[in-house]
Amino acid sequence: MCGLCGVLGTEAHWTDAAGPDSRSGAPPGGRTRRQERLHRVGLANKVLKHYGLTLADWEGNCFVLRTRTGRSAIVQHLTALWPVAERMTGRRCDPLDPQLIAAVERE
Amino acid sequence: MAAADLIPVNIVTGFLGSGKTTLLRRLLASPELANTAVLVNELGEVGLDHLLLRHVDESTVVLPSGCVCCALRADLTAAIRDLYSKRERGTIPRFDRLAIETTGLADPAPIIFTLLAEPVLRHHFRVGHVVTTVDAVNGARHLAQHPESVKQVAVADRVVLTKTDLAGPAQAEALRTACRRVNPAAPIFEPAVDPIGPDQLFAGDPADPSGTRQDARRWLGPVAAATPPETGVGQASAHDRDVYAFSVTVDRALDWTAFGIWLTMLLHAHGEDILRVKGLLQVVGVPTPVVIHGVQHLVHPPVHLDGWPTADRGTRLVFIVQKLPRQVIERSLAAFTRLAAVGERVV
Repeated sequence: MCGLCGVLGTEAHWTDAAGPDSRSGAPPGGRTRRQERLHRVGLANKVLKHYGLTLADWEGNCFVLRTRTGRSAIVQHLTALWPVAERMTGRRCDPLDPQLIAAVERE
Repeated sequence: MAAADLIPVNIVTGFLGSGKTTLLRRLLASPELANTAVLVNELGEVGLDHLLLRHVDESTVVLPSGCVCCALRADLTAAIRDLYSKRERGTIPRFDRLAIETTGLADPAPIIFTLLAEPVLRHHFRVGHVVTTVDAVNGARHLAQHPESVKQVAVADRVVLTKTDLAGPAQAEALRTACRRVNPAAPIFEPAVDPIGPDQLFAGDPADPSGTRQDARRWLGPVAAATPPETGVGQASAHDRDVYAFSVTVDRALDWTAFGIWLTMLLHAHGEDILRVKGLLQVVGVPTPVVIHGVQHLVHPPVHLDGWPTADRGTRLVFIVQKLPRQVIERSLAAFTRLAAVGERVV
């Protein structure tokens, strides 16, 4: 746990382990862990903007999800992101939603 | 600790009276399983006489998500922690495998979730193959009338058809067809015809890269030829006609992050209808294939293979779903994976 902010270490998540070395969790494509988190945030935001949300990295430890009105919530990993996004927007986050697919295709 | 160093846990499931205990008793007689601990949910008519046998009473803690597959089995957590503690203290033999025999109506998904998510267990144990027994005499009726039975077959890594010596050839063949339609990726064994050993059922699980490579070759083959439900076998029943398997091929390397965003979102929205997902992925920036395994909302830690199982490269995903439209899943995957726009064409 971080002594300053009190944030607990994040639990391992399956999306963190597809790099060349699955034990260390090194990101694929030679990216650093920091670059990989920014890449993740960038791609996630292309989807989340459909719901009026933005995601940001927070100290390389977790992510902060924000609405346009400034409400925010901390999420640890991608699996935790979607239920929180639904609670904040009241909308269902479904990748099979034709409107979302069309929006993602336009990206 | 590497996944291969964790203690494998094999789930033996199957509908009531389908021969789980008989199968387990035969397997446990083999020297390779001498150091296997066994947890049973119910004490059946066929007694198990094994050194490390424990009985657990089923109790489930449903997590706030309310999803059945993401429920911690408190009974299992306590029982497995207790076994491990005694193993470490030396009060019981140092077992190197754990087998869990479920009740006939059990959903295997919460057991898998417990092993993957429980903070202590996941550091000492890993999920091995799920073995599902199907009774050749009554199996077709079970699949037709009981969604539990369909799900047990769908999540299986190995299917064991029991009592084939008591069923007629047509009855056995119809059941084989039904099982392949629900889960074309799982090899089917028939011990009444051809005796099977622990290796055939338990070896090559997702944490064993060499075995996974061989296993991937096996499950990538038959699924391509799987029968879609609309043109499927006529005997499709109320519960299993909506369950079908299909494979998706992507002819370029996937951006792992874009794929992770898509799959986490898909499993969040439709995990209850995605009974199984397996994938051999070509990932941008990774020279060797990555294998993923998921059961409903749960995804096992990905495994890196040391080489491609076949000459054919590219990403192949196998889904076993109920009621979800294949075309929409394919279109959605294509849209999300193009977000990264860094895909490499496969030569």
